[in-house]
Amino acid sequence: MLAYAFRRVLSAIPIALIAVTACFFILRLAPGGPFDGERALPPTVLANLRAHYNLDQPLIVQYFIYIWRLVQGDLGPSMVIDGFNVSQLIAIGFPFTLTMALTAFVIATVVGLLAGMVASVYQNKWPDYVLVLGVMVGVLIPNFLMAALLQLWFGVYLKWLPAGGWVNGSWMHLVLPVTVLAWPHAGRISRLMRGSMIEVLGSNYVRTARAKGLGERLVVARHAIKPALLPVVSYLGPGLSYLLTGSLAVEQVFGLPGIGKYFVTAALNRDYGVVLGTTILYMFIILALNLIVDLVYAWLDPKVRYS
Amino acid sequence: MPGLTGKDQVLTTYANKLASLDAPKGRSLTQDALRRLARNKAAVVSIAILVLIIVTAIVGPYLVPWGYAQVDWSNIRKPPNFEVGHYLGTDQNGRDMLARVLQGTQMSLIVALVATLVSVTIGVVYGAVAGYFGGRVDAIMMRFVDIMYALPYILFVIILVVMFGRNPVLLFIGIGAIEWLTMARIVRGQTLSIKEKEFVEAARAGGVKPFTIIMRHIVPNLTGPVVIYATLTIPEIIIAESFLSYLGLGVQEPQTSLGTLISAGAPVAEVMPWLLLAPALVLVTMLFCLTYIGDGLRDALDPKDR
Amino acid sequence: MKFTTAIQAVATAGAMALMMSTAASAVTLQLHNGGDPGTLDPHKASGDWENRVIGDYIEGLLTESPSAEAIAGQAESWDISEDGTVYTFHLRDGIQWSDGTPVTAGDFVFAFQRLFDPKTAADYAYLQFPILNAEAINSGEITDFNELGVKAIDDKTLEITLNASTPFFLEALTHYTAYPVPRHLVEKLGDEWTKVENIVGNGPYLVKEWLPGSYVRSEKNADYYDAANVQIDEVYYHVLEDQAAALNRYRAGEFDILTDFPADQYQWLQDNMPGQAHVTPFLGIYYYVMNQQEGQVLSDIRIREALSTTIVRDVIGPDILGTGELPAYGWVPPGAANYVENAYHPAWADTPYEERVEHAKDLMTEAGYGPANPLTLQLRYNTNDNHQRIAVALAAMWEPIGIKIELFNAETAVHYDALRAGDFQVGRAGWLMDYNDPSNTLDLLKTGIDQGGTMNWGNNYGRYSNAEFDALMTQASTELDLKARGQLLANAEKIAMDEFAAIPIYWYVSKDVVSPKISGFEENPKNIFRTRWLSKSE
Repeated sequence: MLAYAFRRVLSAIPIALIAVTACFFILRLAPGGPFDGERALPPTVLANLRAHYNLDQPLIVQYFIYIWRLVQGDLGPSMVIDGFNVSQLIAIGFPFTLTMALTAFVIATVVGLLAGMVASVYQNKWPDYVLVLGVMVGVLIPNFLMAALLQLWFGVYLKWLPAGGWVNGSWMHLVLPVTVLAWPHAGRISRLMRGSMIEVLGSNYVRTARAKGLGERLVVARHAIKPALLPVVSYLGPGLSYLLTGSLAVEQVFGLPGIGKYFVTAALNRDYGVVLGTTILYMFIILALNLIVDLVYAWLDPKVRYS
Repeated sequence: MPGLTGKDQVLTTYANKLASLDAPKGRSLTQDALRRLARNKAAVVSIAILVLIIVTAIVGPYLVPWGYAQVDWSNIRKPPNFEVGHYLGTDQNGRDMLARVLQGTQMSLIVALVATLVSVTIGVVYGAVAGYFGGRVDAIMMRFVDIMYALPYILFVIILVVMFGRNPVLLFIGIGAIEWLTMARIVRGQTLSIKEKEFVEAARAGGVKPFTIIMRHIVPNLTGPVVIYATLTIPEIIIAESFLSYLGLGVQEPQTSLGTLISAGAPVAEVMPWLLLAPALVLVTMLFCLTYIGDGLRDALDPKDR
Repeated sequence: MKFTTAIQAVATAGAMALMMSTAASAVTLQLHNGGDPGTLDPHKASGDWENRVIGDYIEGLLTESPSAEAIAGQAESWDISEDGTVYTFHLRDGIQWSDGTPVTAGDFVFAFQRLFDPKTAADYAYLQFPILNAEAINSGEITDFNELGVKAIDDKTLEITLNASTPFFLEALTHYTAYPVPRHLVEKLGDEWTKVENIVGNGPYLVKEWLPGSYVRSEKNADYYDAANVQIDEVYYHVLEDQAAALNRYRAGEFDILTDFPADQYQWLQDNMPGQAHVTPFLGIYYYVMNQQEGQVLSDIRIREALSTTIVRDVIGPDILGTGELPAYGWVPPGAANYVENAYHPAWADTPYEERVEHAKDLMTEAGYGPANPLTLQLRYNTNDNHQRIAVALAAMWEPIGIKIELFNAETAVHYDALRAGDFQVGRAGWLMDYNDPSNTLDLLKTGIDQGGTMNWGNNYGRYSNAEFDALMTQASTELDLKARGQLLANAEKIAMDEFAAIPIYWYVSKDVVSPKISGFEENPKNIFRTRWLSKSE
């Protein structure tokens, strides 16, 4: 299994490199540059700025400079935010994004699993309908709208929670953003869990267990949950990576520092280094997550063998 | 974006079930499957509502008194007013909201259909080729798919829009082009098992070209997965589109989409609720319907119950 | 030496203890600042967001009063020579950087040299080009920085020589391009000096923390000469580009001041929070440029006239935007200093709309367009709700004269890239005045400068060119009599506007929301309100 993991990591490197390369050139071919603001810069100033960031070199030279630095672990400077380089921005933003995503992930997974189980046990009865409707609302309402509405309702009308911003160590400031992130995730988990539970509950061996005279509660607890978890587990990896990239709208509305926001701002401002740096980070995380999920899956399901 | 609605898992489970059976499977929507679908009340109601929405979006613009780009200078940012024919009010430019919601629904649907079509096409061709030729070709092609899963799609979409500008067609061909991974995996699995079947061997022995075999014998067996895939992908695209609109990367004015209308309505939810309510209601209804239809189809096409 | 260090250490410790003991009752201002500042370096800054932070931690020779007029800052007084070209500034006693190093005339000389040094690549260096040899140094023609017209007579006295008498020069000195920088630090650390861990200042506040995407936090500088009168102890400059979200946070009590608000909510604010929303004329113009390069459709003045005259400007501010911006027909914002009394107002502006449309139709026919041969124009704007609304409205207004508009929006970088490259037909633009003088907007219409074969058109995106206009502008720049100068500039404005050099749409307004807890806020045409003048009651 270790060898398998190692090979997967190795094989990801060339593809990651291709992705970085594609990203690099697409960005450079896109119209507009980091110094195209509302006002024209005097040509001498522009020339100086371009020279400062090596933008006056031929594109291919710039590419090799970038890759060479990247190999050494240097993600380069931010061309728009003067006081920071890309690694520093990531070091500031990533902990926020990660904290939010992980909190949302844990809460949503637990809530989603419970809701899915309850719904499946009460299939087509009122708890099922209420739960399905409740979680689907979170999946179907665009998250920027959800964020705006929750902010208005709980932050402005009821004043129960801060309407945005970040104060170090204050969990109150995390409640609304995490809710917006977690709700759709809980919805998807509960749908998967419900579907797979219904299937398991209808399977032969559960019928056998019931026939043996076990109470419904014991049947569910002892025989149904574990096999029903398999499809859910395989969703957790993509789910977490979606939470990580999906934090973007939440960071925008609530004014939180996070890499999702840095990415979008940088893409719009043509801050090449930040766009590439955040993309590489995301890729790295998603690769790692997929790998972990596969390993967990293999551990849960003895039928799967990696060689 | 794979992962948005968890469709990968739904489809993979479905495909696994298909693979665990012998003999002709996943055949098109048989009468049997249709009958089962018809018994599913939620799905039937959803289909009815969806058809109604689609028909209204296509026919409606010819029936409403105002055009979607037409400005009514005497009614700027006014709430619904039946006397002058602004049944859903007007926006800050004095344009009729009903006409705009209809046009936006149309645009959202077109965009979702185009993107889904593109991704299905690429997915089917890619998966069939990999599965049919097998061996090293298959290994390399599938490795590529595995790694592609690791790319942060929404970011790529944003980069694409930044690159190509606000052109909806180009943009959603772009989205479609990175949405095909799941489809490719499932098609490959199907192909792997079908190509061992006698009728395919016979065709090959008879000198039929690989492409013809794929098109004639393999693709028709994919109706089930494709239909489910499409019902799950369309909502994803619609949500993705609305998110891009929020970032200011939506379709070009004066055209609009549900996402654009909602992101314009969200900030004024309090002062001009009519700008938000109608588009949000249509969007949520449409997505609800698609979800129920998807569930219904999955149950109806479930190979296990045959 | 050691003894003084010890005393200083004790004093600092004492001050810190004092601060800690009062920390509980510290007054914190929560200011919504818009976007992320791109930099804290005054020579690299280029916008309001940076200005609010930088202007609180560094002070120039002159600074802004509560109503944003130029008043004594680090300089206590100054003398101006008879011909208006030599300024002598006398610095205050006891002014120092926050690390204890005194602020000297040498810091200012160093700062100006750094500003004009081509290597610094300062965006806004041109604002101080009235200084002798500044432009030549900035463009690399002169490499000896000692030729710059900024000299230290002694530690306390600074002499600035100008190319010519410049009526707005004192005001220009309040701009951040004229701020001093700590020479001792910049020489040691280079560009790293503005990192939060290194930064020092001489203003009323000191930057303590910067969390990109969220806020910059500054604290009161106890060593500031006027510290006794500074009321607010701590300022958060919040980053939040979503204006609706910002207003929500204001209503939740999290922000004290908003520096912008969604125009759609203006009526709501007036109804529900009377007196808190401030809409004030802002020295700036919102306009559209038309590409007048040879071979372009809009090099034809008839079509330009048809476009400009058929815009119903009165409907834009009150109805489409909702904040009541005043319609613009000329090029110099009302309230601009050093100008003539009666502003430019074209005759067509007073004719009924129907007549204007008829006339425009005739013009279009003359130019060879009509129902059989309609004109299609591409209109570009940068992505933003307000820009979009105006673009849509213009398209609708031009429809009756047979012009079909294709709208095209793009993010700011792409939009201005296209404007500068001349790759557009009609495009949205705007200008906020850097200093209160008509030449600041009129310069936008000057013919480009030939630089080694390629024309540099600067901010004149439409590439309007008129020799007579250029001559008047040159003449005005050397005219000493303010009245005569104003008349020359007004003549230039008339020439350009009569030729429809561009389409003025409305005069900008600033939009602030200020909590009743805040006092000391004064509406002013520059929309600059430094934190040192504000106070907050709980």
